[in-house]
Amino acid sequence: MTATVESDPRSPTRTSGQKVREALLGWLFLLPALVVFVGFFYYPLYRLVDMALHRENRFGLGDPPYVGPSQITDTLTGPDFTEGVAHSGLYVLYTVPLGVLLGVLLAVTANRRLKGIRIFQTIFSSTVATSVAVASVIFFTLVNPVVGYFKDVSWLSLANPDTALFSVSLSSVWQNLGLTFIIVLAALQAIPTELEEASALDGYGPVRHFWRITVPLISPALLFLGVVLVVFALQAYAQIEVLTNGGPGTSTQTLLFKIADPDGIRPIGVKASMSLGLFALTAVVAGLQFGLLSRRVHYGE
Amino acid sequence: MASEATAGPSTGPRRASPWPKVGSYVLLTTLSVVILFPIYILILRAISSPIAYINAGQPLRLVDPEWDVFSRAWSEGGLGRAMLVSAVVTIVIMAAQFITSVLAAYAFAFLEFPLKRFLFAVVIGTLLLPIEVTLIANVRTIRDLGWLNSVQGLSVTFLATAVGIFLIRQGFLGIPRDLRDASTLDGFGHMGFLFKVAVPLSKPVIGSFLVISFLGAWNQYVWPRNATDKGDWQTAQIALRTLISEKPDELNLSFAGAIIAALPLVVLLIFFQRQMVRGLTAGAVKG
Repeated sequence: MTATVESDPRSPTRTSGQKVREALLGWLFLLPALVVFVGFFYYPLYRLVDMALHRENRFGLGDPPYVGPSQITDTLTGPDFTEGVAHSGLYVLYTVPLGVLLGVLLAVTANRRLKGIRIFQTIFSSTVATSVAVASVIFFTLVNPVVGYFKDVSWLSLANPDTALFSVSLSSVWQNLGLTFIIVLAALQAIPTELEEASALDGYGPVRHFWRITVPLISPALLFLGVVLVVFALQAYAQIEVLTNGGPGTSTQTLLFKIADPDGIRPIGVKASMSLGLFALTAVVAGLQFGLLSRRVHYGE
Repeated sequence: MASEATAGPSTGPRRASPWPKVGSYVLLTTLSVVILFPIYILILRAISSPIAYINAGQPLRLVDPEWDVFSRAWSEGGLGRAMLVSAVVTIVIMAAQFITSVLAAYAFAFLEFPLKRFLFAVVIGTLLLPIEVTLIANVRTIRDLGWLNSVQGLSVTFLATAVGIFLIRQGFLGIPRDLRDASTLDGFGHMGFLFKVAVPLSKPVIGSFLVISFLGAWNQYVWPRNATDKGDWQTAQIALRTLISEKPDELNLSFAGAIIAALPLVVLLIFFQRQMVRGLTAGAVKG
C-alpha cells in the first residue's frame, strides 16, 4: 500500500520554480482536510488525556485540580469500565456471528436465476434504508415491555437484566441485514461461472460445492464484513438509549453508553479516561479494518 | 451466454438450483416476511389509534386509523423542523467532504511535496479516532467555540474524512498518466486537469463516496445527540427519541416520524440502488 503513495518519477526537465509551486499547491490542497483532522481528531485526543489527568466535579465548575494518571488507572481497572467493556463484548458476540450467518443465508438464497428474484433482492436489501434511530423505534414497537408486539416473549424481555442486552442487539442484527446481504451477494456474484461449472463437472454436490468452492472464495468478504460488524457493535448507542436507556439496572450499559452518559452521572475525567480505553479497543479493530479496506480497494481497481 | 450444456440439462450460466424452484420461492418468501414484519408492525402502529390498538389485543391489522398522524408528527411532533436541520447539515457535510476529499486526493495522487508520506499517515491515522472516541472532547471544543445548537457545531467534525480521500485518491490513481501529460500540454494546469479531467473520469467512485457520505451524515446519532441541547436544533434522528420519551401517550407520532425520517433513504434505495450497492461494498458506514 505504502509504495503507491509516491507518484511516478517525473521528467527531469522541471525547474525548481515549478517544484516549489507544486509543493505549495500540494500543501494548499491538503490544508482544508488537515485543519479538520487536527482540530477534531488529533487535538481532542490530547484534550482527552488532559481531561483524564484532572479531576473535575461533574458540573464543570472551577478549575479542576491535577490528579495525574491515577484517575485513568482507577477508571480502567474499576467495575464501571470493565462492565462496559463486558457489555460491549457481549454485543459483539450477539451481533457479529449471527449477522454474518444471516448475510450468507440471505445472499445464497437470493443468488439464483429465478423470475422475480430482483424483488426479493430489494426486500433483502431494504433495511439499509433505516438508520440506527429508525431501527430502534421499529424494535420499540416489537420489544417494548409495555406496548411491544412481543412483550410477553420471555427470551426477548427488556425488563429482565439477563435478556435485555440480547433483545436490544436483535435490532442491530435486523438493521445490519441489508448491508450484510449486499456485501455477501456482491462476493457471490464475483465468483467466476467457470468455477461453478467445473465443480459441477467434478461431481460436487451442492453442500460440498458450498464448503469447498463458495466459502473459500467469499472468505475475504466475510472477514471484511466481520470487522465492519464489530465496529458497528462497538458504536451501538441509539438502540440502547431508545429501547432501555441502559437498564434494567446497568444491564445494557455498553462502554459507549457510559461515555456518552445521557443522564450525566459520571465526572468528566472518568468519561475521558473511559474514552481512552475505547480508543485502545478501537485501535485494534481499526488497524484490522484498514488492512482489509486497503486490500479490497486495491483489488477493486 | 453460450456456456450451457456443460453440466446437465437444466443448467444455465449459473449453477442449477439444488432445490426445486418451489422450495426456493418458499424460502425466499419466508425470509422476506421475517425481514418485513418489523416494518409492517411499525406502519400498523403508526396509523392505528394507540390506545385502541392495545385494547384490541395488538392485531395484525389497522385499528381506528388516524391518517393525520403524519402531518401531526411533522408539525406538532417537530419532525418538519428536524428534517430541515438534518437536510441542511447533510448538504453542508456532503459538499465539504466532496471538496476536502477531492483536493486532498489530488495532492496525494498527482503532486510531489515534502512530508507527503507523513501527511498521508496523518490522514490514515484519523481512522483510529472515530467520533465515539473523541466525543467528550469535541463536545467541549464546540461548547468553547459557542457552537452548541448550530449548523457549524452539528457538521464541523465531519467536514473531512479519510475514507473519502482514500477512495477518491484510488480512483485518481486509475487515470492513465498519458492523459495527465496530454492535458498539461493543452495548458490546463492543475486546476483544469482536476475539474475537467480527473473528477469527470472518477465519477463512479465519487458517486459511491457521496452515497456513503449521505448515509453517514443523515443517519448520524451520537454526535447530534451531544452537540445539541435545544429542541430547535435536533436532527430528525434525535427527534425520534425525543418524541418517544416526551410523548409516551402519543407513541404513534414517533412511529410516524420514523417512517418520515426513513423516506429520503427509501428514495435513495429506489433511484440510486447501483451507486448505493457500490458505495456500501467499497467502505461500509454506520447509520
